[in-house]
Formats: sequence, C-alpha cells, structure tokens
Amino acid sequence: MKILRLADVEKCVGCGLCMFACSRKNVKDQRIGIGHSGIRSVSLSGFERGATVIFCHACSEPPCAEVCPSKALKPRKGGGVIYNERICLSCHNCISACKIGAIFERDDGKIAVCIHCGYCVDFCPHGVLEVVEA
Amino acid sequence: MIDRVLTVNLSDYTYEIEEREDLAEKWIGGVGAGIQLLREKIDPSTDPIGEGNVIVFSIGQFTPTYPYASKTVALFKSPLTMELGESHAGGRTAMAIASAGYLSIVIQGRSEKPVYIVVDGERVYFRDGRSLAGIRDSLILGRILAEIEGGRGIRTIIRAGYAGERLVRFACLTTETYRHFGRMGLGAVFGSKNLLAVVVRGNRTYSPKDQKLYREVYSEIYRLGVESEAMKKYHLLGTAENVLPLNELGGLPVKNLTQQRFECEEISGEKFAEENLGRRIACSHCPTACIHIAALREEYEDERYFFKTIMIGYDYELIYALGSMIGVSDRAQLLRLIHRVETYGLDAISTGVCLAWATEALKRGILSKSETLVDLDFGNAQTYLKAVDYIVQQPNEFYSALARGAEYAAREYGGKEFAMAIAKNEMPGYNTGYGNYLGLLIGLRHSHLDNGGYSLDQKAKGLTPEETVERLVKEEMWRQVLSSLVVCFFARNIFRPELVEKAFTPLGIERSQDELEKVGEKIYMEKLKLKKEMGYEPDLSQIPERVFETQTPHGKLDREFFESALSYYRKAYLSKI
Repeated sequence: MKILRLADVEKCVGCGLCMFACSRKNVKDQRIGIGHSGIRSVSLSGFERGATVIFCHACSEPPCAEVCPSKALKPRKGGGVIYNERICLSCHNCISACKIGAIFERDDGKIAVCIHCGYCVDFCPHGVLEVVEA
Repeated sequence: MIDRVLTVNLSDYTYEIEEREDLAEKWIGGVGAGIQLLREKIDPSTDPIGEGNVIVFSIGQFTPTYPYASKTVALFKSPLTMELGESHAGGRTAMAIASAGYLSIVIQGRSEKPVYIVVDGERVYFRDGRSLAGIRDSLILGRILAEIEGGRGIRTIIRAGYAGERLVRFACLTTETYRHFGRMGLGAVFGSKNLLAVVVRGNRTYSPKDQKLYREVYSEIYRLGVESEAMKKYHLLGTAENVLPLNELGGLPVKNLTQQRFECEEISGEKFAEENLGRRIACSHCPTACIHIAALREEYEDERYFFKTIMIGYDYELIYALGSMIGVSDRAQLLRLIHRVETYGLDAISTGVCLAWATEALKRGILSKSETLVDLDFGNAQTYLKAVDYIVQQPNEFYSALARGAEYAAREYGGKEFAMAIAKNEMPGYNTGYGNYLGLLIGLRHSHLDNGGYSLDQKAKGLTPEETVERLVKEEMWRQVLSSLVVCFFARNIFRPELVEKAFTPLGIERSQDELEKVGEKIYMEKLKLKKEMGYEPDLSQIPERVFETQTPHGKLDREFFESALSYYRKAYLSKI
C-alpha cells in the first residue's frame, strides 16, 4: 500500500495548492475551494516562522476508526483509514480522537481525511510531499 | 456563482447577508462589483475618517477556482488623497472570504470602543478589542489573534497596526504577516472606525458545471505558472531584481530625486538573495511564492553571544522607498527600517517619500531641527528609525502634518516643488519617463499598478502624448477585468483574454473576450465617475516641479507633453462621464 508522506516539510511555502487539489480530486463530486480537503496547509503561528502541512500520517492503530460509531472509518491495510462517507453520522468523534488534528470538518458537516491517493503531490510545486510504499 | 454580500455595521453591531447575482453577472466581481457597492453605500462627500466612510473588500469567481486569483480588492474613500481609495492584497484573505461564502464584505459605521470582528461563514461576531488596543507591533497583534481565534490554515487576519490606530493617513493593513493593503491609508480608516482587525474563516465550497473541463483548464493554468517563462521574474529574485537594471537606466529615484545613480550593489535583489534570503512564502493558491523573506541575524546590543533572528519581507518598492530614496545603502540598516515600518503598519512607499522630502526641506532650511527633532540626513538610517517612530507618535505639529502625507506637509511648511507625491499619493520607485508620471496622474488610484506606465517607458520610445494616454488607459481598462476576477497582476501574462474566456466555461459562465473588454471599459468609467464625484480632477499642478527638472531615461520631461496629454485625456475620457 502506498502512503502520502512529507518529503521535506521545510520546503513548504504555505501556498495551499494541496488543499485545493484534495477538494478537487473526487471524480464524482469535484469541489472548488478547500472545504473538502483532507490536508491542511498552515503557518507556524505566523508565516515569519514558516509553514507546514497537516494530514493523516497513516498510523497503524487509528483511534479515529475505533471511536467511529457507524464504522464509516475503518483501518486501512498499510496504515490510515478508509472512509465510507455514505454511512458517516457527522458526529466528529474522529476529529477529537486524532491527536495530530488531521481530520477536518467539511462544509456539508461530514469529514475529510487523507486516503493517501497522492493526487496533491502533482500540485505541490516545491517538493514538500511524496508518495511512498508503506 | 459567488454572489453573496455581507454588510457589517459597526455603529449598531449588526450585519446582513444579501444575494447579489446582479453584481456578479454584470460586473464580474472584485473591483467591478466593489465599485458598485461603494457607490450604493457611500456619500461621496463624506469625511474619510468619519463614521460615513465605507470599506468594501471584494474577491472574484476565480478566487477559489484557479491558481493566481489570490488578491482581494479594497475600496474606500482615502484619507490621504481625500478621494477614491483602492488597495489590493494577497495572503490568505481572498481564499478565506471565498470560503466564508462571500463575493464582498462591506464595513460601515464606527464602533464606539475598539473592536475586532470575526466572520465565520454566515455568522459575524463583534469582539471586545479594548485590551488589544495600543499594541505597537502588528506582528504581535497578529499572533495574539491567531491564538485566540480558530480556523488555523483556513482563515485570514487582516489588521491595522499602531499607525492605523494613530490615524497616520498612509497607514496600511497587514494580512498574514507579509502582505498588505498598502497605499492610500486604509489602516487609518480602520483606526477611525475603532476597528482593530477583521478575521475571516469558513470552509464553503462550490461546484463546477463541467467537471472534466474544470480539471483540464485548472491543470493548464497550473502548468503555465510553473513551467512557462510567464512567472520567471517573480519566481527567481522577485521584484527586487529591478534594483540594478533601473539604477543602470537612471530610473531609480535617489535621495528625493536629487541624484540619477546610486551605490546600490549592497541592496540589490541579487545581494539580498545571496546574503539574507531565508525563506519564501506564497499567497494562498499561488505556486510561484514570490514573497521573499530576509533573515536578519543580530547580536543583542549589550550581551555577547545572544542573538535574535528577525524575518523581514522585502520587495523592490521597499528597497527604493526606504533605501535609495533616502540614501540608505547598507542592507542591514535597510532591513531594520523595513522592519520598523512593518511593525507599525505604515505604507513603506509613503513613509520613505515623506522622509525624503523632510530631509531635503531640513537641508534647505525650510524646516528646522526644532520641527524634525532629529538631524535627518540621507543615508543615516538611525535618524530615520527615530523619525518613523515620530510619524506614528506625532509628538509635535510638524510630525502630525507629516503623518498626513508629503503633499500636505509641504503645503503647510513649503517645499511643495520637491514633495514627491503625484495627486497626493507618494510616488513609487520609477523615475522612468512620461509613462510613469502621466500614468500616476491619470491612474485611478495614482499607483504604478494602475496602468504600468513605468513598463511602457521601458518598452516604447517616441510615443506622442495622445498615444501615451491611449496605451495607459487601454492597459488600465484591461486591468479592471483582472482586478474583477481577481487575478494577481504578476500573472497577467498567463491570464490573457482568451484564457480568461476559456476559464469561465467550466463554471457555466459564457463571457466572450469582446464582452470582457467592454466590461473593463465600463468599470473604468464607473470609477472615474465616482472619483469625480469625490472631487478629483487631474491637473498638472498635482505633479511636483522636481519631475520636470530631473533627468530620466527619456531625458528631461517636457511640461508641454503633459499638457497635451492631459487635454487629450480630458476630451477623450473625462468629458464622457
């Protein structure tokens, strides 16, 4: 299984193109904007201290899946989770369970989490992200 | 279509949201929509620092849709020029406004006590700002707000600095530390409204009409940005690359335009990049990341082996205004000055030009040290650091006057002939020829970005006055379209008319190139009309005498050329209103 990983976080310029890419990637329901993104580009308490991206780092025992009452989130082989949006209750238990804050609320109340598809890598202009074999 | 308008009233702490499809359809968005909103809400004769002033922030249909549509346009009445004010900024502001679901945010009224507002999607919160008033460093205010307000990564924090609170007429707004709504004093308008900051956040998304085509056009624009030559200048040294070539040409203003050339090797874009460039930052949705940040490592004054490292944004205009214009050629000193101006939230160009005028006036005996309090001297950064403090603190009548701009101060004290403001707006760093000065005079916000006159000067020689006006106005009309989309001007070579037309298609919006150009023309005329209602008439007396006495790459500039150009401009455009 492949996972998305930080190639060099120090290179992040905070452009957020990864967020736009992630919201756009769904082939059935592409979204314009950042509100469906499972990755977030942030400054380090002000851009004077640089920027970084936050996303699921594919932990092997994902607590988000454990606290999901509807099994919308299930552990994924190789780490991380698979998300079945249809049965998600929008309870956001997963958002509180993730210690790195890598699950985000979407504009329709459901959640966005990185599924390690790697679509954003093609739109990262400065080599911050990469996809590798887990 | 993004078409909602949020209107916030600070006088009674209320807000309303309206659907304004008409604005988005007829006027595209950005400046086109913004100028209509300003016209609807403002009395043109209102006092710019009174309760009646209105601020409109506007974005465009492309903002969340494509790379490079990363600017927000602000429209207001300027407390510096006393007529139409317009300012553009990058950062995350545009993305955050789109994510909150708005085409425009209008702010009117005046709060009795200091407040800041938080726009969180459809909710607006008015927060008590009393404990945040009087913070002298806008970076610190930004950090405090970042900590107490949520929305990390999807918000913008637009704040006025201490200069805005002190009503310096050329105070700016700062967003995401390094981007500004500069020029024309929007910071003072915030200050006059007791408004410390505007935080905007949200996560609203939109859908394309044609999903496949949307991806294709998106990828095309992205590729043009990262692979073609269109963005190369900004991708490499940034705007600071202009320092050496402009000095070579004789177009870099030096010591209040008393010299043609400057020892600027130490403050060139090349030198900054080699010695100080510590980080690059991007506006939201921009792969180019043109924001160049210098690292200044300094030992404490009184303790050995204690160091601080300050990250300071630099650009051509800052190097000109706080460097060559006041004779500062030492890079570290220049960075300290930039940092000081940045922390107060002052417009760097206006500050530098005001200091340059004051220095010359002191040398000529028009001013005395009892007024300037420090021995202003070209090249002496220490005195300028102190003078910047005084502009903000205004300890005497002279600094209160200087805080109203170079033209105002010169009117009070003398030396108007070398107060380098065009139509009351302090000049940018291009002593390049007719295109620049004429462009600044007739440009709708008296900025080099209105019509790129400085660039026309470098590209075309031997134009007649009429041709010069035509070229400037045509360029400015097209830039109304870009400012309505709202696309960064640095990407203007990507967003050609044919691409703009194509980029609308996946959104289900048909706009032919022809139609776009016509809307650009109309927006231009609408702005001109509002300017006129606010009392503006272009006149040669708004150009200081120094302009006609100084050598430029086009030789000495002839007054008659300007007279012919202006008379043509009046006939061809002004009289059509």
